[in-house]
Amino acid sequence: MSQALLREIIDYANRANPYPLYEELRKTPVSHDGDGPYVVSTYYEIHSLLHDPRISSDAKNLKATGDDLLGDQSDEEGTTLPPSFLKLDPPDHDRLRRMTNRPFGPPHAPHRVHDMRDELGGLVTGLIDGIRETGQLDRIDLVDQFAYPFPVTVICRLLGIPREDEPRFHVWAETLAASLDPDPDADPTKRGKGSMDARMELGMYLAGLIEERRKNPGDDMLSQLATADGPDGAMTTMEALSTSALLLIAGHETTVNLITNGMLTLLRFPDVLQRLREDPDLAVPIVEELLRYEPPVQLLPQRTTLSDVEVAGVTIPKGASVWLMLASGNRDPKRFEDPDRFDPDRKDIQHLGLGSGIHSCFGAPLARQEAQLALSELARRLENPRLLEDPPQYRQNSVLRGPRHLQVACDGIRG
Amino acid sequence: MTGAGTHDGSLERLKREGRIVVVGASLAGLRAAETMRDKGFTGSLTMIGDEPYEPYDRPPLSKQVLLGNAVADHTALPRRRAIDADWRLGVPATGLDMGARRVRLGNGDEVEYDRLLIATGVRARPWPNPEEGALKGVFVLRTRDDGEGLQRALAAGPRRVLVIGAGFTGSEIASACRERGLDVTVAERGDAPLVGALGGVIGAVAAEMHHENGVDLRTGVMVTSLEGDPSGRVRAAHLSDGSTVEADVVVVSLGAQRNTEWLAGSGLGAGPRGIACDAGCRAFDVRGIVTDDIYVAGDVARSPHALFGYQFLSLEHWGNAVAQADTAAHNMLSESADRRPHLWVPAFWSSQFGVNIKSVGVPPMGTEILVTQGSLAERRFAAVYGYQGRMIAAVTFDNCRWLPFYEQQIESTAPFPPPFSTVDRRPEGAKPQPADFPDPSVPTHGPTITLSGYSPADRKMTFTPGR
Repeated sequence: MSQALLREIIDYANRANPYPLYEELRKTPVSHDGDGPYVVSTYYEIHSLLHDPRISSDAKNLKATGDDLLGDQSDEEGTTLPPSFLKLDPPDHDRLRRMTNRPFGPPHAPHRVHDMRDELGGLVTGLIDGIRETGQLDRIDLVDQFAYPFPVTVICRLLGIPREDEPRFHVWAETLAASLDPDPDADPTKRGKGSMDARMELGMYLAGLIEERRKNPGDDMLSQLATADGPDGAMTTMEALSTSALLLIAGHETTVNLITNGMLTLLRFPDVLQRLREDPDLAVPIVEELLRYEPPVQLLPQRTTLSDVEVAGVTIPKGASVWLMLASGNRDPKRFEDPDRFDPDRKDIQHLGLGSGIHSCFGAPLARQEAQLALSELARRLENPRLLEDPPQYRQNSVLRGPRHLQVACDGIRG
Repeated sequence: MTGAGTHDGSLERLKREGRIVVVGASLAGLRAAETMRDKGFTGSLTMIGDEPYEPYDRPPLSKQVLLGNAVADHTALPRRRAIDADWRLGVPATGLDMGARRVRLGNGDEVEYDRLLIATGVRARPWPNPEEGALKGVFVLRTRDDGEGLQRALAAGPRRVLVIGAGFTGSEIASACRERGLDVTVAERGDAPLVGALGGVIGAVAAEMHHENGVDLRTGVMVTSLEGDPSGRVRAAHLSDGSTVEADVVVVSLGAQRNTEWLAGSGLGAGPRGIACDAGCRAFDVRGIVTDDIYVAGDVARSPHALFGYQFLSLEHWGNAVAQADTAAHNMLSESADRRPHLWVPAFWSSQFGVNIKSVGVPPMGTEILVTQGSLAERRFAAVYGYQGRMIAAVTFDNCRWLPFYEQQIESTAPFPPPFSTVDRRPEGAKPQPADFPDPSVPTHGPTITLSGYSPADRKMTFTPGR
């Protein structure tokens, strides 16, 4: 009955706590019925498939039949933007990711993320000061007032996108993030059209910016992507567009949830919150444990097999759709001792929260730094914070899972 | 204390008040000591090392240290925990009395043990002519001092560096020289760099890397002699093809020799190829009988590997040293039924000319090779080695994230050629080709060594420079 279980996981009613369903799912490491996807729910099986070159991220390799849960995958082919490297296989994936990495990380830009630390700290301080200035400490929405604006501002600055345009692309970003969500009730054709339109509009917006940066380059990533001419040559305009769209959207929807899930968890575990308040360095292991315990990306629903692949005694046939249930693998008792316990002192913590293999999270170093700073500062500054609503109201999305609002109250905000 | 763990309490006594001696203050020695303490060993622990330094990490010595990006004396290994040991550093072990359970030291001391772990590793094979090898400017690279000395010589801006031998270390040295803008010649007896470890198909790729990075690569030649100037400084090398290379720094990179001479005459099964031990790291004596109180770990150990036809493999791999040390330490403090085999799949990495090279399995066992992902021409690929219809090894160039998959395939004796499609499979990956390893009966890689003598105790090695 995996299909029924899968529907339950996707069902919004179970958004606040899908973990008992994952536990049920893990009884069958690779489950499948009817036309549905092959659902892989256990740690070692997911990990091995993330490193398996017989698994493709390119939707072109998916057999046309089946997978009604995801809707029609072919939508994207018709849009003006080619797929980003998230949805490509090597060699194109490798080339684009490598070129994108040149201005972002080692070996060519080893200090980029680290050097943003002061800037990030300034943003965090500003946002928390802003909450204090409202004077309304009996009802703070940590999502709207902090966890959303922080990473969005960061990704805008990193890319060199004017912050004041944010309301425009906020709508596109939400539409595109929602398109990742396999909502069985949505009309797939309508949703496909919506995401296509959003992609097109976002593409046109970014095309204008890139054109401008080609003429007047700055030290932002958009300029570097637009003008780079390394050993791999230059990106085509279309490649630069889909790459920057990917970074913009990923920067929107994941770190927000990491920070929000993080504060929610800390408020549920006040002793850990207290320890973090006393020792900001504890943010490092706390964020790692959060990525295991409440990962912002719950599952990867867009892989497909290039050959028959045997996993845990099940042969997944060539061309099948494979869903990798990262959040379920993170709570696999065969891999982690007492997995449902939130334990920042856990030593062995090779979680799947950021994926693994060639598609492992590109923005991981930035996301980690943002979450560490955000959580340690919130812990330090909020006096006696408490949840007003538990569980909070969640976003619709079952893939990019996190609270839509996080209502808290506190007695004061320290300077 | 009885040798074999029995249920008479002797094991508990050993753990409580036994004497454990580790010869080799190395990566393997340190990790083993840490594991023993983790397992509740509270007796006396003696760490013996011939170098004056506490255990340090070697991989940076041929990489970051040579580039001047790290300092040799900053490569000390991080400690996982305190080990509360009696350190005897700067004193080599010179002998072993198995009957009396004593290790003799170079300063005349003797140390008694209840359990002995040998982790003496290997040392760089020196230039066969000691007089030439002693010329100023002639280096080997194995120890921290070697690394520091060579780094200083490179920093002084020599006009040309000659590297003798294009294995992994030699290639890494050449790469570091080029990165520092130094002219470098590499002389390799085989037909290509890395050919002994990875075969001719991959060797050809490595040769291109040398050429493109401006290395003067000479293959199929040997250095026959080194020539010094009147002040005793090296100035030139003469090659077997009649040519001469003028160089003021020469790095001899001809592989390693196992540090077993101190065991000569001890009765332990130790010789030039290492110390034979069982899969549980227990050393064999010369009669082929397993000992119960002497264990071996790291580069100096030679143990049978079930996955590779029970061949006795000795592996000069960082990861192997760590894993084997852990197994040895566990077994030293366990009842026989609780002992574990050392089942590590050989794996190594190298970094040269900006390319990350990694391998799993035993490539030299492979007779065929198939590029399963990427392309040799782009120097970004994964290739698998086949042996009698099964996958026996894999190598990646700048593609290491796929390696766990191939390791798992090798562990499960997957068929070769692989019957599946993969992402990034190119036309060149359609058909296996001969892996092109040098014929083992014709020595092409490294210097020719011949052995004489019948028992490890009186075995002799002779270096033969000519073919």
